[in-house]
Amino acid sequence: MQETISFTPQLGASAITGMLWLIPAVPIVASGVIAVLKQPKRKTASTLAIGSLGFSLLLALIAFAHVLSGWARGQAVRETANFTWFQFGTTNVDLGWVLDPLSAVMLVMVTFVGLLIFIYSTGYMAHDENYTRFFCFLSLFAGGMLGVVIANSILLLFMSWEIVGLTSYLLIGFWYLKPSAAAAAKKAFLTTRVGDVFFLLGIVWLFGQTGTLLFYNGGAGSIETNALTALLHQHAAIGLSAAGAIGLLIFAGAAGKSGQFPLHVWLPDAMEGPTPVSALIHAATMVAAGVYLIARVYPLMQAGALTGGTTTALTVVTWVGAFTAVFAALIAVAQNDIKRILAYSTVSQLGYMMAGLGMGGVAVGMFHLITHAFFKALLFLGAGSVIHGCHEEQDIRRMGGLKSDMLVTFVTYSIGMLALCGFPLLFSGFWSKDGILEAAQHFSVSKVPFYMLVFGALLTAFYMTRQVSYVFFGVNRGAKNAHESPNSMTVPLAILAFFAMALGLIGTPAWPWFRGFLEGRAVSFEWRGFLEPGLLGLMATSTVVVLLGLVLGWRLYGDNTPQPDESDVLERALPLPWKWLHDRLYIDEFYRMTVIAFYGWWARVADWLDRRVWGGAVTAVAWAFGLWAQLNRFLDTNVVDGGFDKGCDELSTGGGLLSRMQSGRVQMYLRLLALAVMALAAILIWSSRP
Amino acid sequence: MTPLIGYLLLAALLFAIGLAGALTRRNAILVLIGIELMLNAANLNLIAFWRYGPHPEALTGMMFAIFSIAVAAAEAAVGLGLVISIHRHAHTTDLDAMNRMKG
Amino acid sequence: MSIVFYVIAGLAVAGALAAVLLKNTVHCALALTVAFAGLALMFLELDAQFAGFAQILVYIGAVAILVVFAILLTRGSETPKDTVYSRNWIVGLVTAAGIFAMLAWAVLHSAQALPGPGGTTAAVPSVTVMDIGNALMSRYVLPLEIVALLLTAALIGAVIVAMHEKESAK
Repeated sequence: MQETISFTPQLGASAITGMLWLIPAVPIVASGVIAVLKQPKRKTASTLAIGSLGFSLLLALIAFAHVLSGWARGQAVRETANFTWFQFGTTNVDLGWVLDPLSAVMLVMVTFVGLLIFIYSTGYMAHDENYTRFFCFLSLFAGGMLGVVIANSILLLFMSWEIVGLTSYLLIGFWYLKPSAAAAAKKAFLTTRVGDVFFLLGIVWLFGQTGTLLFYNGGAGSIETNALTALLHQHAAIGLSAAGAIGLLIFAGAAGKSGQFPLHVWLPDAMEGPTPVSALIHAATMVAAGVYLIARVYPLMQAGALTGGTTTALTVVTWVGAFTAVFAALIAVAQNDIKRILAYSTVSQLGYMMAGLGMGGVAVGMFHLITHAFFKALLFLGAGSVIHGCHEEQDIRRMGGLKSDMLVTFVTYSIGMLALCGFPLLFSGFWSKDGILEAAQHFSVSKVPFYMLVFGALLTAFYMTRQVSYVFFGVNRGAKNAHESPNSMTVPLAILAFFAMALGLIGTPAWPWFRGFLEGRAVSFEWRGFLEPGLLGLMATSTVVVLLGLVLGWRLYGDNTPQPDESDVLERALPLPWKWLHDRLYIDEFYRMTVIAFYGWWARVADWLDRRVWGGAVTAVAWAFGLWAQLNRFLDTNVVDGGFDKGCDELSTGGGLLSRMQSGRVQMYLRLLALAVMALAAILIWSSRP
Repeated sequence: MTPLIGYLLLAALLFAIGLAGALTRRNAILVLIGIELMLNAANLNLIAFWRYGPHPEALTGMMFAIFSIAVAAAEAAVGLGLVISIHRHAHTTDLDAMNRMKG
Repeated sequence: MSIVFYVIAGLAVAGALAAVLLKNTVHCALALTVAFAGLALMFLELDAQFAGFAQILVYIGAVAILVVFAILLTRGSETPKDTVYSRNWIVGLVTAAGIFAMLAWAVLHSAQALPGPGGTTAAVPSVTVMDIGNALMSRYVLPLEIVALLLTAALIGAVIVAMHEKESAK
């Protein structure tokens, strides 16, 4: 059920909000320090990174406590600290940060999960020689992500968004000497870039229309009432208002970052990066940034909605989310790489979050985001532990029977898996997913998303069971001497497992603390919460679905998972659908044939232009110069030299000739003298003639 | 044709002959002979003009001729002395052979 | 023009021609003497007695003898040559001819400007030696002294130039 949030926010900066900038700044500074360290300083690097993030966690907790205390007193806290970065002409470019329940919750989650993963990385990357570089990038990422969270200026958000994208590229391609890793990094960057272009368009449009970059600015912000009213009255296109259009553009950016269809293609390939990277960036935080963005600009997305209805923007978000959820879950069924299954699972769950935002509002989507962060990070770290224990083996067909060899990993992994499936009551995933399903049930536009999401839940349970069976049950088909991972890896697993279970408590219908916290309402524990119409039925339905999926998976796989050379049970049953799903429904191939082929053609055209036309022009100029040089040389040799030499020759010949007059013989001189006198006399006589 | 013109023509002829001799003969002494002839022709010219010109009583022409004779004699002496000196060095009076100033 | 003139002229010209044309140098010197004699007669014909006698004394008596002496002194190493004329003697001949032509033309062209024989032929100037001596001593005394100086210098110079050098490197 959507409700328009209408509380009077308490504005003005407290001391805590004033120091909010430290939360992203300290990890970024740590990253810079690590970057200039003399290599290798492994201990220093990891200590700096973990220390800085720990400090950020501390500050985040303080900020959270501040907001919590405000909430407990009944005040809805939204404090901002804005400043003008620079001015050009009459326009101000403002930056600022905001502290409200949404950002507080996200801050705590990001720093906490991030810290656990940092600690895990010290164990996982212990044998890697680029340990220092890893922590440098991780720290930079943490700073960027935290910047996205606290941003009150859409420009600051975009800047941090780009930092996050950059570090994602750097970390996916961490082992850059592997061609597949380098290609995956490029793919991730370019695909999210497509989304970012639309995002930037949305930013520019929003700034142009509202005249401010700030979200909240004492009533003058771009998503506050005045601006929204103005935006609503602007007609954009095909029935959309400016608000709706901008919302859709921003959603395009979020879709890129959060791997929604059709920009999901980079996420599975991003598994080329080290497992902690997959856990942190591609499960818990970065991909969640898209969801967070939608939550942040939710007033814009929701603008113009009548009570009980929805806007075009949110409908689009819902449909895309629901479709992605089912699409990715289907593909996940037929994958054999342990991380790839989890990657598609992430895409699917992000779809759930988007659908939740679209249908149920900020609280619904954000709750699933928070719970997902914990159990997905847990699953990835567990997968990393398995990979580590199986000596870098990633194919699930070559694993098996690890439940006895890696007990802690098995237990924590199972907890995470059950949370993801949404096993009833004990696991947080159940509560968060049910929140979404409940919102879907009451979706005014259509009931189809609801059925899609239910189907998706079935698939989730099925493929997770399949995975767990392959990995932990059955006989050991591959790795000999599989060993449990060190404490630095298993302790974070345990902590995450605890939260994967415990977090459910804050989102139950009996005590919807999370929702209340975000919306600034007081909440009390009431069993009557369960008695809302349709709620128990929904809970029963989802339980049945989950159990169905689990049983189906266990029946098909269970203890008798096939050997690597044998084909999968489903594959034998439905070979063609299996093949399609295994080949990821040919989206990548489609892109290669269309977009990439087009770019390849374009590149060839540009190359031809460059070589023939511009290069030809340059060559022509060079050739003209060459010709000119030849001409000059010809002139020089023949005209100048020739002329000059000839002249000199003539001179010397003439000189020779003249010197013959100096015969040394007196009589010759006399003759000449006489001749000259005769000539003179003749002239004299001639001139004196009357 | 007045007598004056006759004398003048004669003087011109003698002069030309002397010049031709000075310019064409190989021996250095013959050059000096030619020069003497030229000087004599000039003297004849002078005397002729003295005789047939105005104011012969001023003796201008005569004086001129006398001094010319004196100078010619001096010049002949020096010239022949030079020829003798050259002959001592080069052992010849052939003018064609004396081309050390060639260049 | 009287016949005497033509005879004496012929003598002088013949002597001159012989002087420049003969092969033997001594013959040339002697022919020169004849030419001088002819000229002296010319002077006498022109009523310039003093000049005529001076001509005989100086030219025939000194210069001609000097020339003969020079010829004799420079005789020893004369080798028979192929010709007595130097290289490119044509140029000299042509030049001399040209000058004669020019002079003749000038004389004949200005015939009317020259004083005619009618006016002054009859008046034979009576010039005595005393007159000449007076003139030399009064009007022309400076040139006289200078000529004396010149003769002295020439004398000394000629002696020095023609002198044997005792200190020649042997």
